Amino acid sequence: MQAFLDIFDIYLLEAVINGILLGGVLALLALGLNLIFGVIDVTWICYAELVMIGMYGMYFMVQVYGLPYWIAAPLTILLVAALGAALHYIVIAPLLTAPPINQLLATGGVLFILQSFATVAFGIEFRNLGIRLPVLMFGDMNFSYARLLSFAAALIGMVVVYLFMTRTFTGTAIRAISQDRQIMSLMGVDTKRLYIVTSALGGALAGLAACLLVLQYDVHPFVGLSFGPITFLICVLGGLGNFIGGFIAAFVFAEIISLGGLFSDLEWGYVLAFAFFIVMMFIRPAGLLARRR
Amino acid sequence: MKTSRAVWIAGIAAAIALPFVHRDPYHLHILVLILIWSFAYTSWSIMGRFGLVSLGHGGFMGVGAYVTALLWNHLGMSPWLGIPLAMAAAALLAVVVGYPCFRFRITGHYFVLVTLALSGIVLQVITATRDYTGGSLGYTPDRATSGRQLLALQFDDKVIWYFIALSIWLLGLLIWRWIDHSMGRYAMEAISEDEDAAAAVGVNVTAEKLKITVISALMTALAGALYCQYQMFISPDTVSGISVSLQMAFAAIVGGLYVSFGPTIGAVITILLAETLRIGFGTNAVGWDNLVYGVLLVLFIIFLPKGILGSVIEKLKTQRKPSLKS
Repeated sequence: MQAFLDIFDIYLLEAVINGILLGGVLALLALGLNLIFGVIDVTWICYAELVMIGMYGMYFMVQVYGLPYWIAAPLTILLVAALGAALHYIVIAPLLTAPPINQLLATGGVLFILQSFATVAFGIEFRNLGIRLPVLMFGDMNFSYARLLSFAAALIGMVVVYLFMTRTFTGTAIRAISQDRQIMSLMGVDTKRLYIVTSALGGALAGLAACLLVLQYDVHPFVGLSFGPITFLICVLGGLGNFIGGFIAAFVFAEIISLGGLFSDLEWGYVLAFAFFIVMMFIRPAGLLARRR
Repeated sequence: MKTSRAVWIAGIAAAIALPFVHRDPYHLHILVLILIWSFAYTSWSIMGRFGLVSLGHGGFMGVGAYVTALLWNHLGMSPWLGIPLAMAAAALLAVVVGYPCFRFRITGHYFVLVTLALSGIVLQVITATRDYTGGSLGYTPDRATSGRQLLALQFDDKVIWYFIALSIWLLGLLIWRWIDHSMGRYAMEAISEDEDAAAAVGVNVTAEKLKITVISALMTALAGALYCQYQMFISPDTVSGISVSLQMAFAAIVGGLYVSFGPTIGAVITILLAETLRIGFGTNAVGWDNLVYGVLLVLFIIFLPKGILGSVIEKLKTQRKPSLKS
């Protein structure tokens, strides 16, 4: 009993809450990826690398050009949104009729390009924003403001996307196109334009995630690799294209990583998450919320 | 058929004779690298040609390299035993990840993402166990004392390595040929066209896919182990992770996924490209080779999805056909 109490203490609670806070940002990333997949039916392997470019954008605007954070953040979101639209226009659009695997590998090529572009242009040094937000003490638990802020901003971002998808004409068209691709163009909808809008939206979500992650992590060309794989696992576990499933899976994974990190290294948290994922594939192969066939 | 056999024999004889005529260590080094990586790329294509696009091969390769090196350094186990064990470990990993994927019809995007995560996770494990593996700083197998080189599979002579790599490369081509002529190939082609239809005519989809995946994983692990024994230095970034997986996919696609020599052509192109850039740019080359890789990968997928060799062969065939009719 004593051993149980030793584990179930204030640190556990702290890890659980930190897991929820981490889950917010992961859910944001998963939402962006799901949006692209649901509407355009491609997977951007390079999604985490877009975030990395956004983080560099933040670093340069804040550290080098001295812009305040609140001005740099919208600029970064716009930058990555433009990058997302460009990615669709240059790489995906010519491949729309190609086998899905080719589209996926082409974005893999973009992953190479972005990563090595960052290496060549910015070097491999770790850089950070130099902003140190205070730490909130609550009882004996410590929470960094950076995490609270990310969580709140991620939630707001998701609500904005939700409102956009349900309350605007473009959003409705995007939801319709994800249901039936062929019919929509017959109904006189400009699918090309909608694809670009969706890609820009997916990029904007990556940009928002970049603004939030840069507060907590140093940026280097390979930073995408530390949360890219986990985002893909979340999307598959939640069911690709399933927004709510991705949302729930993000928090499940965040808790596993956070609690795994409590008892051991953070890397083992990732390994644990992967093991969990394999087990879940046996139980719910089509995703958490899939209807039983 | 006769002439092609003669060409084969002549080609192999020339390859065997080469190091006795030309012994430049740098050229031999490049050749060994090309042959080992060709084998790795071939093992990727064995799956990839049937639409089983895996980005987890970096994981298999990492397992092959690290398990062999760890067994040698920590337990003193000879690579002669260690390599089969490492290959078995990679095969086990392939089954653990592959079985649920195939059993529950995780295909296309899903399969790629799952395998992608696999190579990411192997990288994380290697980094996390830094007390044993040296983490991201890399790892070196202990030098064998003199007289035990054969036991340790460590040779200073590049000519020996050239022959090892050459035989491995030939083994890869033979496996390709064997699969090409087996029933499994028809089963896999049926599966890649339509899984339900294949299952309906009695193809055991899960077993066939698992078989090809395990073969591919075994070969990739062997390539990783040999690469480690040859270079005597491995780091998580050179033998595991997403970039290695993508590099395999890239080379196989550039060379040509559907022809047996395609991956070899891919290896020749990628390694010569990397070496030229390295010599041209010196230490500034860091990143440039991958930048060129990435651009080429995108261009190839858009404009030449069959790869260089695949497109050339296709062109030759279409030119020959009208002449046969006339």
